[in-house]
Amino acid sequence: MSASGALPRWADVALIPALNLVLAFAISGLVILAIGEDPVAAVRIMIDGALGSSYGWGFTLYYATNFIFTGLAVAVAFHASLFNIGGEGQATLGGLGVALVCLALPWPHWALALPAATLGAALFGAAWAAIPAWLQARRGSHIVITTIMFNFIGASVLNYLLVNVLRPTGSMDPATGRFPPGTSLPTLHDMAAALGIAWGRNTPANVSFLIALLACFLVWVLIWRTRFGYELRAFGKSERAAVYAGINPVRITLIAMLISGALAGMMAVNTVMGEAERLVLNAVEGAGFIGIAVALMGRSHPLGVLLAALLFGFLYQGGAELALWTTIPRELITVIQALVILFTGALDNMVRAPVERLFARSRGAA
Amino acid sequence: MDFATLLQILDSTVRLGTPLLLACLAGLFSERAGVFDIGLEGKMLMAAFCAGAVAAVTGSPWAGLLAGVAGSVALGMVHALASISFRGNQLISGVAINFLASGLTVLLGQNLFHLGGRTPSLMKEGRFQPITLPGAETLREVPVIGPVYADLISGHSILVYLAFALVPLSWWVLARTRFGLRLRAVGENPAAVDTAGISVARMRYLALTITGVLCGLAGAYLAIALSAGFVKEMTAGRGYIALAALIFAKWRPVPALGATMLFGLLEAVSNRYQNLDLGGVVIPVQAMQALPYVLTVIILAGFVGKAIPPRAGGEPYVKER
Repeated sequence: MSASGALPRWADVALIPALNLVLAFAISGLVILAIGEDPVAAVRIMIDGALGSSYGWGFTLYYATNFIFTGLAVAVAFHASLFNIGGEGQATLGGLGVALVCLALPWPHWALALPAATLGAALFGAAWAAIPAWLQARRGSHIVITTIMFNFIGASVLNYLLVNVLRPTGSMDPATGRFPPGTSLPTLHDMAAALGIAWGRNTPANVSFLIALLACFLVWVLIWRTRFGYELRAFGKSERAAVYAGINPVRITLIAMLISGALAGMMAVNTVMGEAERLVLNAVEGAGFIGIAVALMGRSHPLGVLLAALLFGFLYQGGAELALWTTIPRELITVIQALVILFTGALDNMVRAPVERLFARSRGAA
Repeated sequence: MDFATLLQILDSTVRLGTPLLLACLAGLFSERAGVFDIGLEGKMLMAAFCAGAVAAVTGSPWAGLLAGVAGSVALGMVHALASISFRGNQLISGVAINFLASGLTVLLGQNLFHLGGRTPSLMKEGRFQPITLPGAETLREVPVIGPVYADLISGHSILVYLAFALVPLSWWVLARTRFGLRLRAVGENPAAVDTAGISVARMRYLALTITGVLCGLAGAYLAIALSAGFVKEMTAGRGYIALAALIFAKWRPVPALGATMLFGLLEAVSNRYQNLDLGGVVIPVQAMQALPYVLTVIILAGFVGKAIPPRAGGEPYVKER
């Protein structure tokens, strides 16, 4: 992230991300044109499919829940200038935590199982981030590389456990058995129905969405309203200055990564417990990586992360609808995601420099 | 395990190690010049697609190879633009490139061939064929040396021999030429290079072009030599294993050969044996698949030797005014 002194705050927070996004979407539009489809019609199908009905919204919010957790995970680490690229592995292990909790006891009611499973997910996710964090803090091993490696190691660990340990006898499918009925989370449809509102039948959005919103708020409090959050940001801005001020870099790195891993792990509550109700291979489906795009776009602020996660939830559901009604495959969303990461993350200066010049000139004229 | 089985495993080690070796050397040039590249995976994937598609249409592996290299270099230039010219975050740019390749290859493949993201299977002429080295058949009868020469050393495609030849060549370029000295200097202390009147940006662009070409060879090898056409996500994490091998080799060409062949051997063994029984102790296949990553983490942790990356790696160079 570059210095923002030359720009008014609104331009830094809203204008630049908006311009980056416009560029990313414009190129996506060109890609759609290039494969012989109509971008305007495509956008219409996506909006219709993702936001035109409570059915579409039910899926959009379900995907958004995943991206809020993984986006917050990346964002917390970004504040400490750490790039946690291991959300995928941490969420994979989080799924293991959820599954172990759900299968351990004959849970009488979801209200008891939910906090326990959330804790399990957070603990397993944090544990998977702990080794890279410790290696970064103590041995100086680059966290980007170690977390990438841990993504692959995590996939192998889960593969081994599902095939050899957790698979019920007689089943060919590398997955755990079904969770007991007492762990079944209420969907947003159930909750709306209890209030007498017909909303989102047969959609997977569930109570974890509310936990995700709570997590946004708690992360905001943590980063901007606590002593630790201050230390975290100070460390992220300048490690040397932070150390001079008496902040312990090992402690900050460790805690930041543990929180980051825990948040990524908690994503599994939504997918494993809320939707699949059993643990399957590859339950994360790339959501850990989308967290990177979400955090970059949301400028690592919880509110920004929430908005970006909703946008990506929309893209995901809209992309599924596109694949259903047109010849555009789902992978279009991967391209859009890549362009968003590229323009908001790596090519930020391309937009920022001319905008800064423009502002400097208008200031000079005034 | 008899001798013939051993030879077969070593033979597939060479086949599977070759794309890792090419990608690892690709990463070596980029990182030695001070630009982190976690986009090896994406460049390989793009190259595999371009190579598979063009070879299927033209029926010529050479045209496919050229297209693969072009596709990979194009993505490499996106990385260069972001990380050298616009001084963006090199890691984030690499992540973006991996996703760009993952999405674009399927999107274009489906659009061109309607096979669910695959390219059409290549006939014999569309692929690089194994080359029988002179005397392989006559020497086969000689005990030990004969089968090793005929089955292990002979009978690979031209890209395999090229990859092995690139190891000493890379060493020579980096260690013995003026260009190599400057390239390494740009990765260690760009300001000093700048003072000497050499453009840091130009050196890094050159390095990333070499990276693009080598990744292109790696991807093309996958699609039109090892297999008969491109399949969705066919790199399957090889770009990351190459990155691991690069660290394992501590950013040096000759150890890169050893590291990639070791990782190739692990892949060959885990392809052949589901669970490896070592006299009572059974090693599950997943452990072998995870081993390259575990070894890399151990090396990175500095418990076995220390892996010290180029000093200016990952930092955009800002010229003083």
